Amino acid sequence: MAQSTAAPTPTTQILTPLPLRAIAPWAVFVGVLMLVLLYFVGAEQGVTSLVSGEGVHEWVHDARHLLGFPCH
Amino acid sequence: MNSATVRTLLVRGMLAGLGAGVLAFVFAYFVGEGSVDAAIAFEESHAHEHGEELVSRSVQSTAGLATGVLVFGVAIGGIAALAFCFALGRVGRFGARATAALTALAGFLLVYLVPILKYPANPPAVGDPDTLAKRTSLFVLMIALSVLLGTAAVLLGRRLAPAWGNWNASITAGAAFVAVVGVAMAVLPQGDAIPRGFPAADLWEFRLASIGIQAVLWSAFGFLFGYLAERVLEPRAVRGRVATLAA
Ligand SMILES: [Zn+2]
Repeated sequence: MAQSTAAPTPTTQILTPLPLRAIAPWAVFVGVLMLVLLYFVGAEQGVTSLVSGEGVHEWVHDARHLLGFPCH
Repeated sequence: MNSATVRTLLVRGMLAGLGAGVLAFVFAYFVGEGSVDAAIAFEESHAHEHGEELVSRSVQSTAGLATGVLVFGVAIGGIAALAFCFALGRVGRFGARATAALTALAGFLLVYLVPILKYPANPPAVGDPDTLAKRTSLFVLMIALSVLLGTAAVLLGRRLAPAWGNWNASITAGAAFVAVVGVAMAVLPQGDAIPRGFPAADLWEFRLASIGIQAVLWSAFGFLFGYLAERVLEPRAVRGRVATLAA
């Protein structure tokens, strides 16, 4: 399953850059999904709420403080 | 095929982030929870009216903490893997493991350490709920500034390198980053004041624990992801070291 993108000479360690058009779709879709996860850990039910109540905030409360996000 | 490589790296980045999150959770539980409890004790002794407890402290400090840190680990693992895909072969003569280590170092500095120099992590009872909106936007702004300026500094260094050499170019780009970030920190408004009477030692311990958690998370991610990424990108290099690995 592993594809080699290494430069043709076996001795060299320099790697061929991955083309931007191969990265861009992943960066958009998965990047946004990851930011949504960060939002739920760091800010949900603080200033803005996508889920009603306080459950998410209370559940991840200690992580929110210890990871450095603003809380109460 | 290149898109499949990006996908494989992305999955491995999220897995490395999950593994790093486990280590960071263990560290957070043993090193960080003491100062959280101290802060909550301070809060309660100052007769803040508290509503009914939705999630008990024992759940917050175990399953709750684990959920938050693991999800955070997966998310930064995915984002860092994407940054790694961009950086690979573009930032200098580095192999997969070195690029992963540098990506993790950049993540720790730009996403955490530089922003918290201006807006440090605060334990419960320190923040004023009325200023949460302002504090949240300033914190996000500070992270965005730090990441943008850090990226600009890398680009500047790459541009200067052919004429100035790697050493001088890196130092100049680093100094330019420090100068511009310093100006931004001086101009941006202050965070909240610490409530009167809050024990300074508890605050220091909490902030140190927070820095430790992020340092464990990012460094573990860098090592794990470097190991996993090298197997995707440089199977020959891995085979050279591990003589028993067949085909
Ligand atoms: Zn809080």
